[in-house]
Amino acid sequence: MLEETVPLSHYLMLSATLFVIGIVGVLVRRNVIVVFMSIEIMLNAVNISLISFDHYMNLSNGQIFSFMVMCVAAAEVSVGLAIIIAMHRNKPTVNLDDFNLLKW
Amino acid sequence: MLLKLTCLIPLYPLIGSIINGFFGLKIGKKAVGLVACGSMILSFLTSVLVYVGYLMLPEGQPVYEQVVWTWFGAGDFNVDFGFQIDPLTLVMMFVVTGVGTIIHVYAVGYMHEEFSYYRFFAYFNLFASAMLLLVMGNNFLLMFIGWEGVGCCSYFLIGYYFEKKSACDAGTKAFVVNRVGDFAFLLAVMYIFNVFGTIDFTDVMHAAPEKLIYGGEIVTIITMLLFVGATGKSAQIPLYTWLPDAMEGPTPVSALIHAATMVTAGVYMVVRCSVLFNLSPLTMTTVAFIGGGTAVMAATIGMTQFDIKRVLAYSTVSQIGYMFLACGVGAYTAAIFHLVTHAFFKACLFLGSGSVIHGIHGEQDMRKMGGLKKHMPVTYWTFVVSTLAIAGIFPLSGFFSKDEVLYHSLMDGNIIFWGMGVSAALLTAFYMFRLVFMTFHGESRVDPSVHPHESPKVMTMPLVILAGLATVGGLLGIPFHHWWHMHILHSWLEPVLHFDLASALQHSEHMLHQAGQHAPSWTHLLKPTEHQWWTELLLMCFSLAVAVVGIFGAYMFYIKRPDLPDKFTEGQWGFDLVQNKYYVDELYDDAFVQPTVEGSKLLWKECDAKAIDGTVNGTAKIIGWCSRKAQTLQSGFVRNYALFIVVGFISLLLVMF
Amino acid sequence: MELLIFYPVAGLCVALALGVIFNNSPVGSAISLIGMMLGLAAIFVLQQAHFIAILQIIIYAGAIMVLFMFVIMLLNLKQGDDKGWASRDQNLLLSVLTGFLTLGVLYKIGEVLFSVDMDTPATLPDTFGTVAVIGETLFTDFVLPFEVASILLLAAMVGAVVLAKSKLD
Repeated sequence: MLEETVPLSHYLMLSATLFVIGIVGVLVRRNVIVVFMSIEIMLNAVNISLISFDHYMNLSNGQIFSFMVMCVAAAEVSVGLAIIIAMHRNKPTVNLDDFNLLKW
Repeated sequence: MLLKLTCLIPLYPLIGSIINGFFGLKIGKKAVGLVACGSMILSFLTSVLVYVGYLMLPEGQPVYEQVVWTWFGAGDFNVDFGFQIDPLTLVMMFVVTGVGTIIHVYAVGYMHEEFSYYRFFAYFNLFASAMLLLVMGNNFLLMFIGWEGVGCCSYFLIGYYFEKKSACDAGTKAFVVNRVGDFAFLLAVMYIFNVFGTIDFTDVMHAAPEKLIYGGEIVTIITMLLFVGATGKSAQIPLYTWLPDAMEGPTPVSALIHAATMVTAGVYMVVRCSVLFNLSPLTMTTVAFIGGGTAVMAATIGMTQFDIKRVLAYSTVSQIGYMFLACGVGAYTAAIFHLVTHAFFKACLFLGSGSVIHGIHGEQDMRKMGGLKKHMPVTYWTFVVSTLAIAGIFPLSGFFSKDEVLYHSLMDGNIIFWGMGVSAALLTAFYMFRLVFMTFHGESRVDPSVHPHESPKVMTMPLVILAGLATVGGLLGIPFHHWWHMHILHSWLEPVLHFDLASALQHSEHMLHQAGQHAPSWTHLLKPTEHQWWTELLLMCFSLAVAVVGIFGAYMFYIKRPDLPDKFTEGQWGFDLVQNKYYVDELYDDAFVQPTVEGSKLLWKECDAKAIDGTVNGTAKIIGWCSRKAQTLQSGFVRNYALFIVVGFISLLLVMF
Repeated sequence: MELLIFYPVAGLCVALALGVIFNNSPVGSAISLIGMMLGLAAIFVLQQAHFIAILQIIIYAGAIMVLFMFVIMLLNLKQGDDKGWASRDQNLLLSVLTGFLTLGVLYKIGEVLFSVDMDTPATLPDTFGTVAVIGETLFTDFVLPFEVASILLLAAMVGAVVLAKSKLD
């Protein structure tokens, strides 16, 4: 029992579940900040999947990739939050539904 | 060699028309008149040269054909643009160019005060060109171009005073009624091509006795259709209603188009196709009946009209009826003879009436004329000469031509035709002299503010020339041979009208036997008719007497006892019927015009407005509706967009895996 | 031993992720997210990816989430600012359904793709996942992406400053 290992598919199922939770969060929540956080959940899910594959195949590429993902996530969060602050200056609301000017 | 000038004859008036049409305003009235008359004179002189050239042709060649170019060829169907000079064409050419020139000169004076002087002469020359094309064409289609061309120019010229609604309506009516006839004509030409494989006159007329069965359905249908076309152009029953209304046009137009040339185009066409008509006895009878019937009917209406030009219009219809009567009994020479003399005296009568109208400043109602004899002597005397000619008084031209028609209608036709001719002659003499007496004699009923005056020389000279021609024109028909039925015109036209009945019947029998049918007995047709000189003399005296009776009647009614007409006609329903032209116009209106108008309105409202516009607009509306529905996709909600992204991503996954 | 660690931690991560999206206040969501990231770091350690685990804590939980907190505080967001989420929202049902659908699709794909038995991990060298090994790979095989990433970070910095700058200049 103690020698058994977790099969790869379970890690991947975890990754998929977290990814889908992230998607649903993006689609459902109306608060811009929370939407952003859901995006972070998605990115983390991808990270898990990358690391798991590395572990099971004795590669190091996935870890490097995961490093890059974190890097990009950092950049994206900083710029995204700056945009939210700029938007908040125009309209003092964080309700995503209020930013509806991008229409016909 | 002189014959090579043929193609120039219709070209001169065409060039004149183009010059007048495009540059008329710039070159001034005098130049316009010079160009117009000059081109007609050139055509006339060229016709003379062509005539001389024709006389120099070798003995065995009756026809000269000049093909200018090949118009089009489509498979088996080849049509040339070519001219044909034979005796019949030459006669018609002289009439058109000669009388045309005279009337052009008259028109220079008559239309002098008009503003659109150049427009008138442009159309007038164009008409002359089209008419020459009609008579000179060497195939049916080229004749049809001329046919349509004269109809078109007639429309332009009738509607010359286009500010008057009645003139525009009259022009439209003329064109539309002509069109009905033209449709039948085209059907006939197509049928001819179907049967013969060609539409050249010479080819068709040579092949006709060998290809068509005498009295068979094919030739009867072809000739009936041709004749319907002729009734449209020449204003016979049932398509004559346009000619009285066409008097809305200026008087030179009435003289040239509706007296001397265009309306005779139908007669020309029938004579040109005489071979075809000779092969169909049923059509000949129809032609004679319609011709005679029209002659009588138009004469009765002419008796009751008060507008001077209307009377002359009905007289034209009646005289052309005479020509068709002659064609119908096979006397084609008599028809052409009457055509020529009619051109002379009718043109003179119309121009004279124009002179009268000009002299009393536009009044056309005869009840407001009278006693003009002393004011307009030249007009009066030329008018009287022409009226005597039309009434058929010896020795004027009308006597000879009318007498020949009557003689042949009795000898080659039957007594009914002769009876119709004689009654028409009586009525003609009566109403023509009624016109003369009401206009020129008696008390002056002219409006006191108007001072009648004689017309200028440029208008009276043509009258004199035409009256002279009306007098001596009978020489064409004076027999130089001791048999009365052979004279100059007859022998001249012989090559064209030559028809060997015996051999045609033989061919027909042959064809019927080949088809396994029995040929009827035609021996009675081959019996030669006997001509006795005393019969003709007797008939001549009889028609002269009839004419004198008519003149006397007019004298009684309008000079001696001018109260008689009113007493006679008061309260008579017959008179009302006749005066209203037998309500034929109203009948046509109810039977044909109103249903067409209503049908067109229906088509307009239902098919065009609802169906077609509806389809086009509906397509646009549907696209708009779809777009509006699609607009809801772009709601501006970011989350909706995100949803669509995810849905698209899933679809991709499903498709890929 | 692995099993004992993995399943509870995985369950905790999922629960915390659900907490992120179900929470009413944004601060609560942020806290849940931090918790989830820490859980994920534990799982990384389980996978012998020590360096990445540390990075996860330092960068994600340490820097990014702090940034989130800053912005939440800056915008002075309170509970219920976004009017909750939407039982009145038409998209709610559709979104949740979409979520389930995505999950199903991903599982299906997983089944197809990974039917090969890969459940036994390979034997790993001792140095797997250590800083030295990753650094070596990073600076030799992947030096170009590394440099590009640094430029990306530079651009992001400049962009953030420009965008968030106030207009009073």
